[in-house]
Amino acid sequence: MEKKKIVYPYIPNSEPSVQKEMLEAIGINDIEELYKCIPEEVKFKGSMGLPEPLLSEWDLKRHVDGMMSKNASCLEYLSFLGGGCYQHHVPAICDEVNRRSEFLTAYAGEPYEDHGRFQALFEYASMMAELVDMDVVNVPTYDGSQAAATSLRMASRITKRDKVLVAGNSSPDRLRIIRNYCHPGVEVEIIPFDPKTGRLDLDALKEKINDGIAAVYFENPSFFGTIETTGQAIAEAIHSSGGLLVVFVEPNSLGVLAPPSRYGADIVCGDLQSLGLHMYYGGARAGFIATPDEERFVMEYPSRLFGIAPTSHKEWGFGDVAWERTSFAKRENAKEFVGTAAALWAITAGVYLALMGPKGMEELGKGILQRTRYARDLLAKIPGVKPMFDQTPAYREFVMNFDDTGMKVKEINEKLLEEKIFGCVDLSEKFPALGECGLFCVTEIHTAEDIEFLARAIAKVVS
Amino acid sequence: MGMNMETKLRDFHQARWDEPIIYELSREGERGILIPEVDEVMRYPDEGLEEIPQELRREAPPNLPEMGQMRVLRHYLRLSQENLGADLNIDIGQGTCTMKYSPKINDQLAANPKVSELHPFQSQETVQGLLKMMYETEQYLRGISGMDRFSLHPGGGSHAIFTIASIVRAWVDSRGESDKRDEIITTIFSHPSNAAASKLKGFKVITIYPGPDGRPDIEALKAAVSERTAALFITNPEDIGIYNSRIKEFTDIVHSVGGLCSYDQANLNGIMGLTRAREAGFDLCFYNLHKTFSSPHGCGGPGGGVVGVTEELAQFLPVPLVSFDETTGKYFLDYDVPNTIGKVKDFYGVVPVILRAYAWIRSLGEEGLKEAAKVALLNNNYIFKKILDIKGASAPYAEGELRMEQVRYSWEKLYKDTGVTTTDIQNRMFDFGVHYWTSHEPWIVPEPFTIEPTESYSKDELDEFIAILKHVANEAYTNPEIVKTAPHKSVIHHIDHDYLDDPEKWAITWRAYKKKYTGYFEPRKNRDE
Repeated sequence: MEKKKIVYPYIPNSEPSVQKEMLEAIGINDIEELYKCIPEEVKFKGSMGLPEPLLSEWDLKRHVDGMMSKNASCLEYLSFLGGGCYQHHVPAICDEVNRRSEFLTAYAGEPYEDHGRFQALFEYASMMAELVDMDVVNVPTYDGSQAAATSLRMASRITKRDKVLVAGNSSPDRLRIIRNYCHPGVEVEIIPFDPKTGRLDLDALKEKINDGIAAVYFENPSFFGTIETTGQAIAEAIHSSGGLLVVFVEPNSLGVLAPPSRYGADIVCGDLQSLGLHMYYGGARAGFIATPDEERFVMEYPSRLFGIAPTSHKEWGFGDVAWERTSFAKRENAKEFVGTAAALWAITAGVYLALMGPKGMEELGKGILQRTRYARDLLAKIPGVKPMFDQTPAYREFVMNFDDTGMKVKEINEKLLEEKIFGCVDLSEKFPALGECGLFCVTEIHTAEDIEFLARAIAKVVS
Repeated sequence: MGMNMETKLRDFHQARWDEPIIYELSREGERGILIPEVDEVMRYPDEGLEEIPQELRREAPPNLPEMGQMRVLRHYLRLSQENLGADLNIDIGQGTCTMKYSPKINDQLAANPKVSELHPFQSQETVQGLLKMMYETEQYLRGISGMDRFSLHPGGGSHAIFTIASIVRAWVDSRGESDKRDEIITTIFSHPSNAAASKLKGFKVITIYPGPDGRPDIEALKAAVSERTAALFITNPEDIGIYNSRIKEFTDIVHSVGGLCSYDQANLNGIMGLTRAREAGFDLCFYNLHKTFSSPHGCGGPGGGVVGVTEELAQFLPVPLVSFDETTGKYFLDYDVPNTIGKVKDFYGVVPVILRAYAWIRSLGEEGLKEAAKVALLNNNYIFKKILDIKGASAPYAEGELRMEQVRYSWEKLYKDTGVTTTDIQNRMFDFGVHYWTSHEPWIVPEPFTIEPTESYSKDELDEFIAILKHVANEAYTNPEIVKTAPHKSVIHHIDHDYLDDPEKWAITWRAYKKKYTGYFEPRKNRDE
């Protein structure tokens, strides 16, 4: 039986009669003639091994949804996982806006017919600038880790120094990204943290600071959720040798915590995931970088920066600031490189901040601080379970030690799964010196009952 | 009445809301959303702040807008209407970017809470469906490219290039040749990030220019290669739409001096299933999931750039990979990559983008993918022929030859005849409701524009785009003023670019604007005013 010619809904000109008409217009007889420039030696004649197509939309939906039904989501399980990706409430308006065709399917239009995205991204930068207390914010890069790595490269170029000191209580995965991104050219040295407080070891840091150090980098809160309370002293130490302070900050903490500028940060960076983005298995990220409005900083950004400008008709206009910095303009003579990254997530984060407003961000921060304290105190009452770094205030995350229970974190997590709980991020492999430790996370979505349910479940598991 | 079906020109005007900056809409006290209350038992005397040292507390709440929910919605919907997405226009004017249709069903599939509400550290037992999807996507990409292993991590094409440059760096270092192999060769019609990311990873960049037929000059390549060559980073077909038929010779030449070959496959769309990286002799390649594989471009991301390598180079890929354990029958995150470059991105890749690409491949299958490639060529050569008939337009290089999936054209003659530039034409195209992009710099082709029709647009739509282009070119000859003063029917009018390059004048945020200006761009005499 002759195979039926398929007319594909996504390919209007797969229809045979129109193909014929177009071939005639081109002046050829066969579509094959269009790729006769591909020589025989590189022509592919085999099978790509792809499965049979799911031609109808229903078949496709049934197949993909069926496959995803094997997953158990954080709406079905009670999750206390953090470690860089967080379950916060995503307001409906955030999804409503980022699913609009006009934003979702736009790309690289000009500031005229794509005025809307320029304004939305300028407004995003404006709101982030207020949150982090800086005057310049970029169109975001791939993720917070990329933002951190670029911030360190920027610091290196600004100071013309080629070594950076990085806090050992930072996210281990982020450090891998920073190390790869900085190599070669910028040496990365890890500064230990104090095992009692979870904070950066200030004495160890001071010993390492000299006039060859471009920057000190720490995260606030740290990977352990501890709030760095010695930021001012760290800033003074690095500034006194002419280096810069780079702080990776959780933006959703800034309704209650002082922005890093207040303790001397020169470059502030972080990730937007907690501002209205779904978790997507860690697949929805966007990295911001913020600095003062000084030429020595602005000219070192690799990212696009959107500025406001007047028009001939007195409208708000926008455009790219200092375009000649970018690799689009200068190829290998540019600052690092720039390309398609995460613009839609920045628009979304802007919507989130506009919805939350100053009061929403303040209430969010206070709510998370209280839940963090409550959860840590409650889990600490379980025999054999000890809080780590509990003399240091924590935001959203905290570390518990299970050494005295005689159980491994891995086992505890497996048992918690039976209660439909995603327990904690297991730190025992990445921080073996801490013993059997787990990182717990609570956000505004957790009720007292949720936290008590977790505590009871852990008590049962370790008893 | 609707558009004139004879002239195919629309009496278009884009939405023009004259929308204020969001801060101008703020009204003290309004709320956009409420968040869950703190249960009584969790309340502390100072609302959680009691443990926070005074100097670490925020002094005043952040200066964010205060707006009711519907006002926020309305503001952003108005901004969205002032934006022209691919769903609304015949988006073929953005050559090199493959602005194809992004099927709506795939957006729906990606929005499933069983995808969006997964945490990257939850038990792998509970994400078997997602891991299977990622694993299968890799299998398909292997088949499409002939490569042996893929990383799905990078967040876009340039990020994929950076990942490849990192792998080349690790490969060079692992051979103890860090000081010896320090050059990467690219071409001027390959994406600028090939040059920029190579430089970032410590390589010297050598750029090959085209010969008279538009193809990169093979003699220049021969002269450039040496024992210093770490790699070749090349696109094919290049951004001008001409296929380099001697590509196998290129990779052979680089291999003969011991270098690697990386294939920038941003321009895969016209050759998918017809020729592969493997047969052309490449060691590495990447695809843009937001171009060829249909995931939407999102105003400039999130995208996806997947990197494929040969078996020999798989040891350097970022961790983790997604593998399948035959004995347990489970998919898992595989950290067993002996010489991994580490990580380039948080977690495991841009999941919603990967899922859309998976769904797109599944919906078309082998024949469908080839049909997409063939129709992309058909559409392009159809429009190519029509554009060459427009007065003032030309397509430099390889005269008389057909093109692949896109063409870089030139208005050089039109400019000489009329003084109208490609930027003027661009601004006038907006008046008819279509995008138009000039081209990446530097403009080797004078007054350039690049058209890539993909497989997504019908013949009638291509005819409409051509009619607009022809009309505007004709205006350049008959009424150049209307072109030079465009746009007239877009959202806003001519922007003063002086405010974007002068540090004294630029304002990248509203608060910077407020420090520099009052009213409508009236400079503040004293910044502290």
